[in-house]
Amino acid sequence: MVAKPKLYYFHGRGRMESIRWLLAAAGVEFEEEFLETREQYEKLQNDGHLLFGQVPLVEIDGMMLTQTRAILSYLAAKYNLYGKDLKERARIDMYADGTLDLMLMIAGTAFKPPEEKETNLASILEKAKTRYLPVFEKVLKDHGENFLVGNNFSWADIQLLEAILMVEELDASILSDFPLLKAFKTRISNMPTIKKFLQPGSQRKSPPDSHYVKVVRDVLQF
Amino acid sequence: MMGVSIVTKTPEIGISLMPGYFLEARCRQGCGNPETEAMVAKPKLYYFHGRGRMESIRWLLAAAGVEFEEEFLETREQYEKLQNDGHLLFGQVPLVEIDGMMLTQTRAILSYLAAKYNLYGKDLKERARIDMYADGTLDLMLMIAGTAFKPPEEKETNLASILEKAKTRYLPVFEKVLKDHGENFLVGNNFSWADIQLLEAILMVEELDASILSDFPLLKAFKTRISNMPTIKKFLQPGSQRKSPPDSHYVKVVRDVLQF
Repeated sequence: MVAKPKLYYFHGRGRMESIRWLLAAAGVEFEEEFLETREQYEKLQNDGHLLFGQVPLVEIDGMMLTQTRAILSYLAAKYNLYGKDLKERARIDMYADGTLDLMLMIAGTAFKPPEEKETNLASILEKAKTRYLPVFEKVLKDHGENFLVGNNFSWADIQLLEAILMVEELDASILSDFPLLKAFKTRISNMPTIKKFLQPGSQRKSPPDSHYVKVVRDVLQF
Repeated sequence: MMGVSIVTKTPEIGISLMPGYFLEARCRQGCGNPETEAMVAKPKLYYFHGRGRMESIRWLLAAAGVEFEEEFLETREQYEKLQNDGHLLFGQVPLVEIDGMMLTQTRAILSYLAAKYNLYGKDLKERARIDMYADGTLDLMLMIAGTAFKPPEEKETNLASILEKAKTRYLPVFEKVLKDHGENFLVGNNFSWADIQLLEAILMVEELDASILSDFPLLKAFKTRISNMPTIKKFLQPGSQRKSPPDSHYVKVVRDVLQF
């Protein structure tokens, strides 16, 4: 009787992947409609569902939600992954926003001109190693707990695992200086809902390839 | 405490298992009582002396009637000190010191303040709507803020493209929202963070094109109405902490401090 959330996006990660991770980690089944043609996109627009003409779009609880962070915040709150009070929520928001920044940088490389890709990637890996990962290693070291915030599993932990795996796809040794993040990765990956999402055949999407880039460019016309 | 009423609110579903306490009175801080003034420290903002990513935070605090202090970054040394003191989570400003926390990440700060000052709607669904609207207007305003840093040969086309987006993607949406429900505020017939952001965005776009609202009569009325709210009216007056559009000096300071 309770309709499953429905995700409208391209058949790839982009700005929707963190939403898939959150739902999967929360054990929530969801449907997906994949944008493949300009006509599909224009239909969504003409039906008035894309608030600012953009995807991701998530249909949930009678709402057509857009704006990635608005969707993520709603889901984190709905599924009780936002800490116990406003201060924990702020901390989770800070961590999640940082990891989202990093992941969107990575997602963007697929759309860079070929001559820029290599330097772009190198710069991102540098930021991962010096600006982002050390922060989370320190957070875990300082409190010695299993989760990032409030000694409880939250959206921040899901985002961090997603980011770690994404960076590892670019540099398999990226965690070599971060022992606590290594342990964190193993621990969170073994949580039942996440373990299931990490198995082949789940709704987790692959890194962007040239076909994905082409579809996005054709549909959004840029 | 004199002049301050504390209202207990029931928790929003799914957010918290504990009741949230929100100060919901005309008096926002010590209210002239030296004892209470000392107890509630003012929020402190660390940023450049300009709008950038901090301006929406200034607007929110001002609209909520909250006094705040500011420390302006002018040198690389100041920035490095903040970093070395461990206050900049990912090495970035804005930084806001509030309630014993050093908060970074613009949207995390804005969300915290919107919730704290009761400008986030009455439930999760209203909150999601406010987040959607606010995130959209923030996108638009950050595009505008970014033009100051574009190379001279790109500035004009960049600005034209932004104005086009304002006129076709953003403003019509809010005109329609107001038209569809016929209410005075964007969400839930109550003043919220979304209204503050929209006014800020409208004024920012008007600085680039004074006639931008000519096709949007409800936004015109909205602009007048929200501008006349006492706290906002005060913020719009000369001498407030509202900052000016970026000029070449501002761009230079930011480039020097952040070294890019």
